[in-house]
Amino acid sequence: MEQVAGQAVPPKIEVRKEKTLNQSYWKRYGVFYLMMAPALIVLIINNYIPMVGSLIAFKSMTYASPSFFQNFVDSPWIGWKNFEFLFNSSDAWLITRNTLAYNAVFIVLNLVVGVALALMFHNLRNKKLAKFYQTTMFLPYFLSMIIVAYLAYGFLNPDIGVMNKLILPWFGNEEGVMWYSDPKWWPLILPIVNTWKFIGYYAVFYLAAIIGIDNEYYEAAHIDGATRWRQVWTITLPLIKPVIIILTLLQIGRIFYADFGLFFQVTQNAGALYEKTLIIDTYVFQGFRATGDIGMSSAAGLYQAVVGFVLVFASNLIVRRISKEDALF
Amino acid sequence: MATAAVNKKKFDVNRISGGANFAINVFFWIYSALCIIPLLLVISVSFSDETSVLVGGYRFWPEKWSLESYKFLVSDYMVIVKSYGISIFVTVVGTIAAMLIMTLYAYPISRRDFKHRNLFAFIMFFTILFNSGLVPFYLVYKQGLHVDDTLFVLMFPLFVQAFFVFVIRTFFQNQIPPELLESARMDGAGELRTFFQIVLPLSLPVLASVGLLCTLNYWNDWFLSLLFISDDGPVSIQFRMYKTLLDIQYLSSNTQAYSAIMQANPNFKVPSETARMAMGVVGIGPIIFVYPFLQRYFVAGLTVGAVKG
Repeated sequence: MEQVAGQAVPPKIEVRKEKTLNQSYWKRYGVFYLMMAPALIVLIINNYIPMVGSLIAFKSMTYASPSFFQNFVDSPWIGWKNFEFLFNSSDAWLITRNTLAYNAVFIVLNLVVGVALALMFHNLRNKKLAKFYQTTMFLPYFLSMIIVAYLAYGFLNPDIGVMNKLILPWFGNEEGVMWYSDPKWWPLILPIVNTWKFIGYYAVFYLAAIIGIDNEYYEAAHIDGATRWRQVWTITLPLIKPVIIILTLLQIGRIFYADFGLFFQVTQNAGALYEKTLIIDTYVFQGFRATGDIGMSSAAGLYQAVVGFVLVFASNLIVRRISKEDALF
Repeated sequence: MATAAVNKKKFDVNRISGGANFAINVFFWIYSALCIIPLLLVISVSFSDETSVLVGGYRFWPEKWSLESYKFLVSDYMVIVKSYGISIFVTVVGTIAAMLIMTLYAYPISRRDFKHRNLFAFIMFFTILFNSGLVPFYLVYKQGLHVDDTLFVLMFPLFVQAFFVFVIRTFFQNQIPPELLESARMDGAGELRTFFQIVLPLSLPVLASVGLLCTLNYWNDWFLSLLFISDDGPVSIQFRMYKTLLDIQYLSSNTQAYSAIMQANPNFKVPSETARMAMGVVGIGPIIFVYPFLQRYFVAGLTVGAVKG
């Protein structure tokens, strides 16, 4: 055990050791570099080459060669032209507005509904039932967006869906709504679907924080005669405030990135809905897959990446101030 | 969550009143129903008679039971079997490879005595900060490596996810005592051997959680298919569901195409509405059956992520 305690070598000695025994450093730690090599290769191909490649936003891409790398080198630089086109079109404003507005609504709903669910859940007396509720509440999180699109279609199918055939006639609306061609309703539908799918996930985070609160606080409050309702406001909520702030800040950091699947699959990528459903991510995809407009698409992609970078960075700085452990860096 | 249940039992002054408890239970019953009902709808439609669905609309309980839709799917069952095979292969091989690659990276950057650990942690971390964007990502795989329509492209991009790497690293840092690694070294074990025989077996909780999240990512992925897979390529079960949703929809909304088919064979009737939902049920199947058993680990994995350092 003595030796073990002595193992915490002060850094100074380590530096000297390393200088004199450079060979033994490689002998001991060289294998580390080998261990990291596979992941590094993945990162280079998957992340770092595309990062450099995002400079195509400043190029007019040509396709003389079958190789992207060759084309990248050969294509002429055109400066900010792609960005000028993008920001002179009405699209830039539309996709930015939609992305920010939807994400803002999602963040608020995730916070309010998530905390409310966690609080109610915590107060359940019957733990067996609680387990059951949790299982069902969490189920949507595990379904792929394709399946969610199926489920949504079951309700929104204009001819025979549940909304038009069962629910709306109940309220006296026999004509129904053309859900996949009338954009009006989607600012309501998408938040509902998003909350339905992800709220179990957020509730679990808040629940973990609530469970972590020491029971002594409640005991003391009880002795002082505080009602359960009052305890929620004076003990539970203040004590989980850091978790609430951190989770929300992390979401705000990603406010420029939207859930591609939600906006692409659940809307079935219906063009008639774009006014209310097109977001940056789907716009980029649509741009180069459907219209083949690589220039504008990559400009929009880089615009998202740079603003996204600033937001992630800034939100993390704030998170770091509140709680160092929860910051991403 | 189990410990919380125990804590609560010990001390019960804060029990809420019976009325409030009842109200909360009612709420959760409704909420649970809302989570399950959409699935029931899909299942119910898939077991319904096509004509009754066309007339009466989707119902939560079949008006007239029928297995026509499943017979229709079975008539071309090899397609579905193949898609399942592709999904299973990608999920199993992808997850194993991803876990190996990520743990191998997480271990060195978890070692406080490794002098370059901050540099390599940053290389990993920067991929969270800066997202290269879809277009260059697509072009690198499609026109740079020419790997579209391969199984490789369905697995490779998900091999390394920085967030998971940091979750694993944090576990290594906090849960594996450095003394243990030191004594292994004293006994003459090399770093690789220490890693595989000491570190990994001690890390089963985090490996299970991250591994399950990985499995879920692979199984549920359709985005890589959407980018890189054509009709002739390896079509996974998710992608086949996506195509079915679009194809049959095309058939029923494009009246011209539909009447052309009807003219060619007046007796031919594709149970399109019910068959589509049957396809949905076939795709949902495995997740629903596996989910209740694994949910515990998933929850653990998510909350591990919440306290990453």
